[in-house]
Amino acid sequence: MKELISNNTTKLMDWVEHRFPIQAIIRASASEYYAPKNFNFWYFFGSLALLVLVIQIVSGIFLTMSYKPSAEDAFASVEYIMRDVRFGWLIRYIHSTGASAFFVVVYLHMFRGLLYGSYRAPRELLWIVGMLIYFVLMAEGFMGYLLPWGQMSYWGAQVIVNLVGVVPFIGDLLALVVRGDFVISDITLNRFFALHVIALPLALVALVVVHLIALHEVGSNNPDGIEINDNLDADGKPLDGIPFHPYYTVKDIVGVAVFLIFFAVVIFYLPEMGGYFIEANNFIPADPLKTPEHIAPVWYFTPFYAILRAIPNPLLGVIAMGASIMLFFFLPWLDRSPVRSIRYKGPLTKIALTAFVIAFLGLGYLGLMPPTELYTQLARFFSLVYFGFFLLMPIYTSIDSTKPLPDRLT
Amino acid sequence: MSEDGVSNGRRWFLIGTTAAFGGVVGAGVAIPFAASWTPSAKARAAGAPVEVSLKKLEPGQLIRVKWRGQPVWILYRTDSALSTLDQVTDELRDPLSEKNQQPDYCRNEARALKDKYLVVLGKCTHLGCSPTYRPDAGAADLGADWLGGFYCPCHGSKFDLAGRVYKGVPAPTNLPIPPHKYLDDETLLIGVDTEAA
Amino acid sequence: MVLMAAMSSHLWAAGGAHVELETMPVNLNDKHSMQRGAKYYVNYCMGCHSLQYSRYNRVAKDLGMTDKQVLNNLVFTGQKVGELMVNAMPTEDSAKWFGIAPPDLTVISRVRGADWLYSYLKGFYLDESRPYGVNNSVFPSVGMPHVLWELEGLKKQVHHAEQEPDDGHGGGHGASKTQYELVVPGSMTEEEYDRAARDLVNFLVYVGEPAKLVRRHGIWAILVLILFLVAAYALKQDYWEDVH
Repeated sequence: MKELISNNTTKLMDWVEHRFPIQAIIRASASEYYAPKNFNFWYFFGSLALLVLVIQIVSGIFLTMSYKPSAEDAFASVEYIMRDVRFGWLIRYIHSTGASAFFVVVYLHMFRGLLYGSYRAPRELLWIVGMLIYFVLMAEGFMGYLLPWGQMSYWGAQVIVNLVGVVPFIGDLLALVVRGDFVISDITLNRFFALHVIALPLALVALVVVHLIALHEVGSNNPDGIEINDNLDADGKPLDGIPFHPYYTVKDIVGVAVFLIFFAVVIFYLPEMGGYFIEANNFIPADPLKTPEHIAPVWYFTPFYAILRAIPNPLLGVIAMGASIMLFFFLPWLDRSPVRSIRYKGPLTKIALTAFVIAFLGLGYLGLMPPTELYTQLARFFSLVYFGFFLLMPIYTSIDSTKPLPDRLT
Repeated sequence: MSEDGVSNGRRWFLIGTTAAFGGVVGAGVAIPFAASWTPSAKARAAGAPVEVSLKKLEPGQLIRVKWRGQPVWILYRTDSALSTLDQVTDELRDPLSEKNQQPDYCRNEARALKDKYLVVLGKCTHLGCSPTYRPDAGAADLGADWLGGFYCPCHGSKFDLAGRVYKGVPAPTNLPIPPHKYLDDETLLIGVDTEAA
Repeated sequence: MVLMAAMSSHLWAAGGAHVELETMPVNLNDKHSMQRGAKYYVNYCMGCHSLQYSRYNRVAKDLGMTDKQVLNNLVFTGQKVGELMVNAMPTEDSAKWFGIAPPDLTVISRVRGADWLYSYLKGFYLDESRPYGVNNSVFPSVGMPHVLWELEGLKKQVHHAEQEPDDGHGGGHGASKTQYELVVPGSMTEEEYDRAARDLVNFLVYVGEPAKLVRRHGIWAILVLILFLVAAYALKQDYWEDVH
């Protein structure tokens, strides 16, 4: 009997395999995908980003079942979710915490790329697609933030959309088209909702698929920044590679467990995260006639917001803010170092990266604070460091000393 | 890679344990999400029991009350109306209300707590249309032997004055009777069962 | 009687003035306190300030009351227990009477925090220049009468020269103190009014986020995840012991 079942199962699987090679695909991307054996802590965040994407999509779908995208009902429908829907509070906190968690893991994932030169040839497209994902993610976060229709939602959106208005000649028209109205209104809310729940998630998923295909084509980089395919065994398998499955699947499960513990602690005990994940002022329904005293964007936008504010001319400010994000796209060509990984780069690059991280965090902090004279000066200094990191990179990476690369992974 | 038996036993144990805890985590996530589909507090408040005063109900009159978004009929049956119930028994599919279409306290010929008042869900058991109240005995369109009852315009199902279905019509069962109880002689509460006396 | 404002936390009040807030330890385990708070709320506040996202029967369940108790003690508007806690005041009229419509207070505790609400409830003092004859130390120029004056009484601000010895009421740290003098006594003593204010704030904190009462059980989810982590880690070690 047992044999009969297993025979038939094999037959069924063969039948499917001939028509859709599911097993071959899984083999090629898991048990026969060779990854460097020396992944460290920084290599958890790619799979975690994928996990958070799934979390956000699932919790988001459930939220749309009870949320109402209209100026009249939006605020009340969020409270309805928080109170009347069974476990609605949990689903909402999963989604609001997930938004911040997404940026945490993506920032750490990007930092890993900076650290080990993962953007260098032949991984330029992989990096660019990743940056596109980050770009869409920012739009997704921005539009999602309007949906609770609280004061911070409303005025945050108002300020950011008005930035478009500084574009010469067509700025006002552009802002008008984005809003669909003369101020942020029911119409804006409705279209942001559509973009947030349909258009951008579709783009996000498509880009993630492209990102993964590109990754599996060029193979993963590693902390040493050397290619494992340079050293193959007799069967043509990399000597320093191990199959992704089971080795990295079991390892990533550990990462997932640790992540979920932190995630659960925030959801159950710190869902507002002291006002950084959910702001106090967002519990006041949107009021187009009354601006809150202090408007700050959500924490994951604040580095760029601080750059915007640091520059007195509004147009230049917007350009600088845009440039601060766009510069990431050019990293593969800005870095002229003969080695990829920070491990074999010289002191200049290490100093530059450290300064950049400090500037980025500093700007993030300043973007949350009301602009005082001192803070503005500080933000200007950090902005210089931020841009210096990118614009001076061709110089300091070419003149910097390097350590000799090992032949095999260390 | 460990291929020896000892290590394999340990490995299978660890795989099993991890899968088991993973399953608990998965269930712990799935249950709240599934539970969020049950009626919310708003839906339950809207579907809360409805209190109906029968003071103004006149003999022969039918009133419709909305309970959980569905029409509940309350019919004041006169003695002559009640007397028709015996006469149609042979023509009914389930004259003794054997099918579970009513609470036990209404499993009697009149299908009611008090014979005088019929409380029934006005929703045809065929496809859910709301039948019309046709008290007119011998109505031209319903035949000379029509003694009064309910007639579904959608597919012609017929019910007597206790909501019992006639034979030979599309509707399979009697009209359902919602849970209800009398708070006093003339106040009815729909949506709450009468406690067993 | 001299009341003293204790200084513990600082906040920019609505009017932009820097005020000192009294600390109010929230206790969501004290159901009796929250029940009293709910009762004060419907008696003194709900005429103007609805709790339109909250339902009576939810409050009943969470605060350990029966639906009957809630109907008898909290519902004055002929509503059903499952309904939202709205009031009968039409928004346009109220805006006419008060200048602005009195805001709904369901989630006010999430905007202001417990300390602010507590200090606000205790912050009313006589001020002839205001339309209702009272002003508030944490919400200057508030457009609202002191609805709890029958309980607290009415007090006026006195500006003493500093350096009065700490009378033990608050943890004065030597900063400037605003002092009050009771002018018209209320039906409650100072301690009783403090307790009433705490009850009200406890209730408002609860009603701002009823999920607070259940989300502390999240520790079980975390414990399961820790067990999952232990198992997953052991599994990973088992696979990785021969990767060198």
